[in-house]
Amino acid sequence: MDNAQPVRFFKRGYPPPVRFAFFALLSMFLLVVDVRFRTLDTIRYGLSVLVQPVQRALSLPFSSLHDAREYLYTQSSLIRHSEELQRQLDSDSARLSQLQALTAENLQLRKLLELRDRAEFRSQLAEIIYAEKDVFRRRIFLDKGTQADIRAGQVVMDTNGIVGQITRVYPLMSEVTLVTDKDQAVPVEVLRNGLRTVVFGSGDIDHLTIRYTPVSSDIQQGDLLMTSGIDGIYPPGLPVARVIRIERDASYPFARILCAPIAEVDQYRHLLILTGQTPLPAAPEPLPDEPALGKRKVKKP
Amino acid sequence: MSAVLPHYRNPVPPILFSMALAMLLTWLPWHGWALALRPDFIAVVLLYWTTHTPHKVGISTAWFVGLLADVADASLFGQHALAYSALALGSSIFKRRILMLDLSQQTMQVFPLLLVNYLVFAAIDWVAQGHFAWSYLPGCVTSALLWLPLTLLLQALSRPRAPKADSL
Repeated sequence: MDNAQPVRFFKRGYPPPVRFAFFALLSMFLLVVDVRFRTLDTIRYGLSVLVQPVQRALSLPFSSLHDAREYLYTQSSLIRHSEELQRQLDSDSARLSQLQALTAENLQLRKLLELRDRAEFRSQLAEIIYAEKDVFRRRIFLDKGTQADIRAGQVVMDTNGIVGQITRVYPLMSEVTLVTDKDQAVPVEVLRNGLRTVVFGSGDIDHLTIRYTPVSSDIQQGDLLMTSGIDGIYPPGLPVARVIRIERDASYPFARILCAPIAEVDQYRHLLILTGQTPLPAAPEPLPDEPALGKRKVKKP
Repeated sequence: MSAVLPHYRNPVPPILFSMALAMLLTWLPWHGWALALRPDFIAVVLLYWTTHTPHKVGISTAWFVGLLADVADASLFGQHALAYSALALGSSIFKRRILMLDLSQQTMQVFPLLLVNYLVFAAIDWVAQGHFAWSYLPGCVTSALLWLPLTLLLQALSRPRAPKADSL
């Protein structure tokens, strides 16, 4: 039993409850600082440099397995795929030429009306290296970080639509918060009639909700929601979600509108990070520009 | 201290090695139900060392390891740290009782400690994020089930040629 009962000739440090109290207080302090002020990011940066190569090395066998499977595609499926792509290309090129004409026309009209040109943006291709394990916070990590001039707040999309927003940037990778994350908000407008509203993440990867829209508002099932570009973060005109169900209950002032995200986050490995956006002129009352991640009280109108 | 553990080799290399291995296992890309059933490797390894070598691995080590786990998991800073220090406190209180029983009975003694570890973690999630992380509850059970094979493995690691004589 002498293993478990050390002889107390010399007092060694404080008893366990005291130690625990000390470390509990320390963790509480860290927690509060992390939740409230988000000032611990520099420490995270430092530690992530240590952690990240290991994580990449670990995901290597899985990704190489994936690559190997792709390599072993049969010829017929490749031919079929290429035919499909050719067909897609044909139809797209026709539409593209139309689009170019429309863009030119639009530009001219805008010039006539002296509107600002739509902001051009560049994009960088990034690869998903790591998906977070928490079922409720489905964040993903991309392989571009401060070394590729990525900044927090930049928008991430796939070929279909908006995926999310960069919330933390590390030296060699960045963390993306998805639009479907709880309380993540994206200002959108309905493509059909230009109605402006805000779509919120629900914490479920398949659903988004529009919360504070009156029962009488003109939103229909199947409406496409595009970014409105009003916040200056999301560039305008990118698809975000499609309305799949509307519940109008007269006893409740707002309609319950359920949408499905357009982007397919859990299907691709490559995403686009939109960079080099020209910032909008400063708003009359500048808001504190914290990334829309933490708890934010939404004022009910 | 050396009088307490006469047959043991220097426990530090196995401690570091097993901790590193536990972290690597945790960082594997787990998905879906495998993620739900994933045992908390770090917690079990910590629990082993806090019960078997309490003079080397204590609450402070647990706290620091928890901090590393927080970074890797992108959870809140201090979340794992607090949970693991609670685990270390529990093991410092119950270590005699755990080690007194034979291996097959230890699992049931270890489970409550791991449950407390999970509850602390989930409670912080609840306060900070507003939802209760039920999805990690099965992992708590698998962690307890991991105790037996892990103990056998680590005992083999930490005293390769020691005689059977336990100092217990």
